[in-house]
Amino acid sequence: MSRSLWRQASSEAKLLLIGIPVAIWTLLPIYHLVLFALSPRGQAVTGKLWPDHPTLDNFAVVFHQEHHYLLHFWKQLWNSVLIAVAAGAITLCIATAAAFAISRLRVRGGRTIMNLALFTYFIPAAFLAVPMYKTMGNYGLLNSQWALILAMVTIATPYAIWVLKQASDKLPLELDEAARIDGATPLQLFRLVYLPLMLPSMVAVGTYALLLAWNEYLYAFLLLSDDRSTTLGVALGSFLSADDSPWELLMATGLLYALPPAAIYYAFKRYMVSGLTAGAVKS
Amino acid sequence: MSSTLALDSAAKPGRQSAPAGPTRRKLSPWQAWGIVLIAPYVLVFAVFVLYPVAYGLWLARHPASYVHLFDDPVFVRTVVNTLVFLIIGINLKMLVALFLSGFFVRTRWWIRWLSVLFILPWAVPSIPTILSLRFMLNPEWGVINTTIFRLTGADGPNWLNNPQLALFLAILVHIWKSLPFWTLILVAGRLAIPGEMYEAASVDGATTWQKFRFITWPSLQTLYLTSSILSMIWTLGDFNSVYLLTGGGPADQTHVLATLGLRYLRLDLVDLSMATVVCALPFVLPLVYFMMKRLSR
Repeated sequence: MSRSLWRQASSEAKLLLIGIPVAIWTLLPIYHLVLFALSPRGQAVTGKLWPDHPTLDNFAVVFHQEHHYLLHFWKQLWNSVLIAVAAGAITLCIATAAAFAISRLRVRGGRTIMNLALFTYFIPAAFLAVPMYKTMGNYGLLNSQWALILAMVTIATPYAIWVLKQASDKLPLELDEAARIDGATPLQLFRLVYLPLMLPSMVAVGTYALLLAWNEYLYAFLLLSDDRSTTLGVALGSFLSADDSPWELLMATGLLYALPPAAIYYAFKRYMVSGLTAGAVKS
Repeated sequence: MSSTLALDSAAKPGRQSAPAGPTRRKLSPWQAWGIVLIAPYVLVFAVFVLYPVAYGLWLARHPASYVHLFDDPVFVRTVVNTLVFLIIGINLKMLVALFLSGFFVRTRWWIRWLSVLFILPWAVPSIPTILSLRFMLNPEWGVINTTIFRLTGADGPNWLNNPQLALFLAILVHIWKSLPFWTLILVAGRLAIPGEMYEAASVDGATTWQKFRFITWPSLQTLYLTSSILSMIWTLGDFNSVYLLTGGGPADQTHVLATLGLRYLRLDLVDLSMATVVCALPFVLPLVYFMMKRLSR
């Protein structure tokens, strides 16, 4: 009896021996971020695990835009929201329509287009950044937020179409046949049958595109150079330009920037995990 | 994952039988609507993929650009860095993910909680966390060197000023960011293995290693390989881990192919920037081909 108890305790200890380092490894940079955001200027570097006088002053400075790095905080936050929402919505519209055309209407050439889209998805976006930058220059869109929105739509749609097509292929073919026999037009089939059934996948795909656009750094900082038109992510990166950057303000702003996507991720985890992990790798 | 696979094979006969229906008749409203609905994506593809790629290739058309590129010591260094980044990064990450996936399938209340926290690096945008790590590594004020100084009285290394160390740290940052995702994928793979197989093995007195060797690994190896290839593509395109941590420095010694294009753009050498991408294609295209084959089975 005590022998089995001993064995149980030792297996539990072994698990803890893995779990504790994993927790530290995972949380350390995030904890460091939070610690700085809550510390008064200059006090976070003392190496304490928790500041003596945690304060929200850093956030007050950020909200009142009282530092020259943060002169356009609210504008940049708004830009980030606008670009993420626009990219998410446009991606969703384009991808849903395309997936419906390929999967349900079986449009001619649909398979080729799906393959082209997948090919685009697999080419790393960082390699397309410079050509995209030059192209946006040719189109006269540089420094317009449309440039970033359209670039994000371009990057997000291939995967979005693929996930939606996979989900759409699962809907029984009889649904379409029944609708056709009843004399439904393609648009009615789309609106009344397809959209309601695809809603969970659409939530996953919309969230994916939204987060992709919110988190983007490289494209944002290539395509938008003006402080007033750029996103919060690029503004964070610009703190790096000087050695005497106010790190506690950077961390406070960074925390504000990190919270919405983390919240969205956890809120839609249900959809994200089933929709995206199953899509990412198929064994 | 297995259900996707099953449905794929089930969907194929449906595709074959489709031409018999009214869909294939010329200019049927179904085809017409199909064209209308797919047109927006085709437009996006033509305007923002096809044209930029063609334009990029056109910019990189001069052989002189490649001569110039190969003469640049930074480029040679970058290729070596990229290979090191890929070989160490992928293998370390996937091995740890394989190991941790075995940890996270255990049913304990605290492991369930830990798995929720474990996703954070993946769920949180990389800019603030990488900048946080960068400050932790600051030689004078960073928490790591202050701790080293407090414990030993000696100054810690100047982490990001040593090219080898800086590249290795960039690899660690990359792993920190992407490990949760791949662990999750392998957890899903492990959960798909029927529990009875392990029970039967236990009855037969199999050791933990034997269970892994003869049950887990054979079931996971395809997924492991696919994950590694996909991870390789994504790692090749990982701009943030290197750029936000080291900026390619010191002295442009820690660039990878994903960040080098930006360096040439800054130097106003757009043709070299594009030539870099062209030089990366022989790395990328076989991997992309592999993944396309996998997905369109």
